[in-house]
Amino acid sequence: MQLAKALKERFALEGHVVDHAKDLGDAATSTSTVAYDLILLDIMLPDGDGRSFLKTHRSKAERTPVIVLTARSEVSDRVGLLDLGADDYITKPFDFAELEARCRAVLRRQGGSVNNAREFADLVFDPTTGSLKVAGEERSLRNRELRLLEVFFGSPGQIFSKTYLMDRLFSFDDEVSENAIEVYVGRLRKKLDGSQARIETVRGLGYRMMQQS
Amino acid sequence: MIRFLATTSIRRRLVVQLSVMAALLSIVFFVAVRSIAEQAAADTQDNILAASATSIADALYSERGQVRVELPYSALSMLGTISEDRVFYRVVADDETVTGYGDLAVPDVPARQRVAQFVTSEYRGEEVRVVSLARAVSNGERAADVRIIIAQTRRGLAVISSQITSTAMAVAIGFFLMATALSLLAAQSAVAPLKKLAQSVTRRGPKDLRPVVTKTPGELVPLVDALNNFMMRLRASLTRSEEFIAEAAHRVRTPLATVRTQAEVVYRQMEKPANRKALREMIRAVDESSRSAGQLLDHAMVTFRTDQLERDEIDLCKLAAETCERLQPTAELKDIEIIRELVAERAMIFGDNILLQNAVRNILDNAIKYSPAESSIVVRVTQDDDTIKLSVTDQGRGFANADLGKLTARFSRGVNVDDIVGSGLGLTIADEVVRAHNGQLRVESNKEGVGACVVLVFKRS
Repeated sequence: MQLAKALKERFALEGHVVDHAKDLGDAATSTSTVAYDLILLDIMLPDGDGRSFLKTHRSKAERTPVIVLTARSEVSDRVGLLDLGADDYITKPFDFAELEARCRAVLRRQGGSVNNAREFADLVFDPTTGSLKVAGEERSLRNRELRLLEVFFGSPGQIFSKTYLMDRLFSFDDEVSENAIEVYVGRLRKKLDGSQARIETVRGLGYRMMQQS
Repeated sequence: MIRFLATTSIRRRLVVQLSVMAALLSIVFFVAVRSIAEQAAADTQDNILAASATSIADALYSERGQVRVELPYSALSMLGTISEDRVFYRVVADDETVTGYGDLAVPDVPARQRVAQFVTSEYRGEEVRVVSLARAVSNGERAADVRIIIAQTRRGLAVISSQITSTAMAVAIGFFLMATALSLLAAQSAVAPLKKLAQSVTRRGPKDLRPVVTKTPGELVPLVDALNNFMMRLRASLTRSEEFIAEAAHRVRTPLATVRTQAEVVYRQMEKPANRKALREMIRAVDESSRSAGQLLDHAMVTFRTDQLERDEIDLCKLAAETCERLQPTAELKDIEIIRELVAERAMIFGDNILLQNAVRNILDNAIKYSPAESSIVVRVTQDDDTIKLSVTDQGRGFANADLGKLTARFSRGVNVDDIVGSGLGLTIADEVVRAHNGQLRVESNKEGVGACVVLVFKRS
């Protein structure tokens, strides 16, 4: 319950819209009325085993990918979950960045069905597939560059502090100095070369993405 | 003694008991045969003595009021047929010696007409068998009371007796040996069902808790029933403990996950560096405890499974590829590239898929954890004539203390890893899995400079 609340809050920070179904009954109602991009499923629910949801979900030939949150040891449980049709699973507790990465990977595998492409200036960017087109020309992005660009795309023109960007890019395991962010901003600028969009340094405050006038 | 009996094998006990019985029977047999045979020999001597005395008695006649005897040659020669024994005789008529050895005593037995009477006594320093026969001889108007006494030494009898003794002894020993051999066979066949039962129980691993269905004799049925009952309870208790582990993991990990996620949310909104640092440390502590809990459970499961190893044919290439796939998102977070160099053909080994996956995942997970951002990790599967090798090579900090024995020990970690969350069980798990598959885990330094290389070596199936 509380985990769901915390996750919802955390996803909201990244700009995603999340509905929370508190049990199997709720989940059935929600999934039958709304077409979701992705389902996060906890195995232990108050009114039963999440695996039964997974089974009915798959039997209805639903394409919405499912990522299972499990507390069990991977050794004993993993095979069963994937066999039941889960697209991926993550063991509790998890790094939110890893959960996000797994969501991204699952959506990418799903392909075309979800169109998340966004536009800014002459950029077309799809964070799930990680594709970036600059004036129609495909540019390849590495994972951290992609996540950085996603932040700027979230609200163009807004100034993001170095600390904020650091939090988005690095896990708690990485001991990095704030200057590391400059490296990634530098690389991203190179990838955006020749575009009308650019990333500006706002001295003492951080960075923002602007359209070149 | 009682304790000794309690721990002595049933087979030995049966053999000992049956042998003791055979020995007793042999002794009884020996004694019986010897006494019957000796009795028969003694009877033979007595019969000849009696016949001899009778033939002398038949040769008695009276002449002029005197009792006389014409000793028939056969009377004494028939005694000589037995052996070299010496023969003494005396004929007494009305207390007067008619012929023979005068000092041969008349046995002190009441005289009965025509009945031979036997005694064993001593004469001239030797044991003799004496027959005495009374006969009334008509001597004119009155009948004279005649006694015929014949004595014979018993040397021949002793010889016969010793012959009989040794023959009986040989037969008794033969009987004993044969009985012992038979008792060995009997004991063997008596414990055979027990052995069969023991084997059918021993052959199964600790996870095989099906009831025993071996056909057993009636006496063993209560034991088999008790065994089956026990296994049923054991299975129930194992299931309970597995469920307990899952439940415990859920109870511990779900709140940890909540704490971690909430802490992350708060962390994002926090600006004071001191607070951020504290929260960061908190999150890492959560990571550490959850990782330890997870690996402890994994380790328990690995230990449990290695006891009863499932042996399926497994393609190590496929397994490596799946594991790479699974850890790809984690690697991507640090822009680490996982390069797969897998042999084209299938690399088959016999083993437990879940365990092997766990081992490879632990090693690859370690590699990702200890690698710097934007480096690459090579997962390689190679095979030669008799081995298949799976290696994971990273460009991380390598093993500062490349002492495999130490690194694979439980909760032991390298000396250069203080800043990274870890429990020290990853390599232990991998090492135990590989050894359960008769393989070998090697830790090397990356040959291309910095980094570590962990190699799993398996024998080809």
